Amino acid sequence: MTEHVVIVGGGTGGTVLANDLADRLEPELDAGDVRITLVNDDHDHVYKPVWLYVPFGQRELDDGRRPLEDLVDDAVDLRIDRVSEINTESQQLESMEGNDVIEYDYLVLATGSTLESDQIPGLTEGGHNYYSESGATDLRDELLSFTEGELVLSVIGTPHMCPAAPLEFVFMADDWLRERGLRDDVDITYTYPIQRVHGNPHIAEWARPIMEERDIQVETFFNAESIDAEAETITSMEGTELDYDLLVTIPPHSGVDLIEEAGLGDDGWVDVDKHTLEAEAAENVYALGDTADTGVPNAGSVAHYQAGVVGQRLASEIRGRPATATYDGKTLCFIETGMDAASFVEFDYENPPSPAPPSQKLHWSKLAYNESYWLTARGLL
Amino acid sequence: MTDIEPDDTVDAKGATCPGPLMDLIGKIRSAESGDVIRLLSDNDQSLTDVPEWAEEAGNELIAVEELDDHNAFYVEKA
Ligand SMILES: Cc1cc2nc3c(=O)[nH]c(=O)nc-3n(C[C@H](O)[C@H](O)[C@H](O)COP(=O)(O)OP(=O)(O)OC[C@H]3O[C@@H](n4cnc5c(N)ncnc54)[C@H](O)[C@@H]3O)c2cc1C
Repeated sequence: MTEHVVIVGGGTGGTVLANDLADRLEPELDAGDVRITLVNDDHDHVYKPVWLYVPFGQRELDDGRRPLEDLVDDAVDLRIDRVSEINTESQQLESMEGNDVIEYDYLVLATGSTLESDQIPGLTEGGHNYYSESGATDLRDELLSFTEGELVLSVIGTPHMCPAAPLEFVFMADDWLRERGLRDDVDITYTYPIQRVHGNPHIAEWARPIMEERDIQVETFFNAESIDAEAETITSMEGTELDYDLLVTIPPHSGVDLIEEAGLGDDGWVDVDKHTLEAEAAENVYALGDTADTGVPNAGSVAHYQAGVVGQRLASEIRGRPATATYDGKTLCFIETGMDAASFVEFDYENPPSPAPPSQKLHWSKLAYNESYWLTARGLL
Repeated sequence: MTDIEPDDTVDAKGATCPGPLMDLIGKIRSAESGDVIRLLSDNDQSLTDVPEWAEEAGNELIAVEELDDHNAFYVEKA
């Protein structure tokens, strides 16, 4: 009997997993004992970290796009389609394009995050973001001609993709404006929903003094309630109102609706065992990357490590052996602290982060990683 | 045991900081004024996070119930 592994989502986690399995299960694939299908709703694979550099005119959207066909092993059936329903009882999926149902023996959900800008009145009209392709280019058009006034960056809700990225944006904007002699004419304010500048206390403790040094104003306990695009003001649930000339936000995030509809977790995030990445509510279902609710950051490095764990577990299960690989919460992040300096953190469930002193070498390491990412996606790195 | 009847409950047991507080804020966002939200959390940090935020936002923390392995926070939206 052929075992069918279906992966939904061809972003970082899904693509790395598909290639990992193609490699690991080569004999079984050759013998026709296993089939792997990767379903993604776009022909291209999108590498989102590039978007951070687009508003500063340093990267183009195309730098973050490659055809999935070029990245995924030929042994994997690639299906460009959007899954619209998951039935974990009958182990079947429905999709938008295909009229047939897709049956699975093992399902892996790697559907990532969705932006929910509509949750905040005025956000779509008044706020810019670099968390989508259109957002990054619109913000670039504004930022390149922005010479004076109030620049506000507001983090609206967590979890969101790449918890380091809001810090990176204000550090980069500060440095970039200084280099261009405009910093005295621009006030920068950073807002965060809880009582510190980052969800992780160790990173918050490290970042706060840098913000003070650079004259980046901070508003904590700031949960945006509404934005008045005409008056150019943003108001929080806590009753603070800020004026802005350019508003950059990290919009609220959720997972995809079909996960909640399938009873796999709230807000589109799959409830999983944080070590095995198995869904709590269904058999033979795994989740990884942003969509897996493990409490670790929504980061590509996390999706990458988790793909290795799920790959090993699936291979063991298919070969009838006990699955022993587990995820220990490992997360790696480079954090840009300016236009030519970066820090680096590494942590897991047990060990907290301790940010490295910012250096030019770490900045170049981040850029080098971004270039070599395509080897990661192919499963070569 | 309190006899407060919450309008909604958020179960954030198992979530690490700032998950429980963010879950509460999300629920309060969509609640009506006067609604009482119950937050279940087993994270000790919530014992300081939740009262601090409730005060900052002008919502009232009307009770904290200590249960076996977690706490229940009752917050009334202003
Ligand atoms: C500005 C920015 C900067 C970042 N910088 C970093 C960084 O420096 N380092 C880092 O580690 N991470 C970074 N990240 C985060 C990183 O990009 C994500 O965490 C990562 O992409 C998550 O991988 P994933 O596989 O879970 O989801 P994604 O890569 O988002 O992939 C999900 C895929 O699923 C597809 N999909 C969704 N629903 C369906 C469906 N129903 N049917 C079919 N296909 C579907 C989507 O189209 C997408 O292709 C950054 C993110 C942003 C926005």
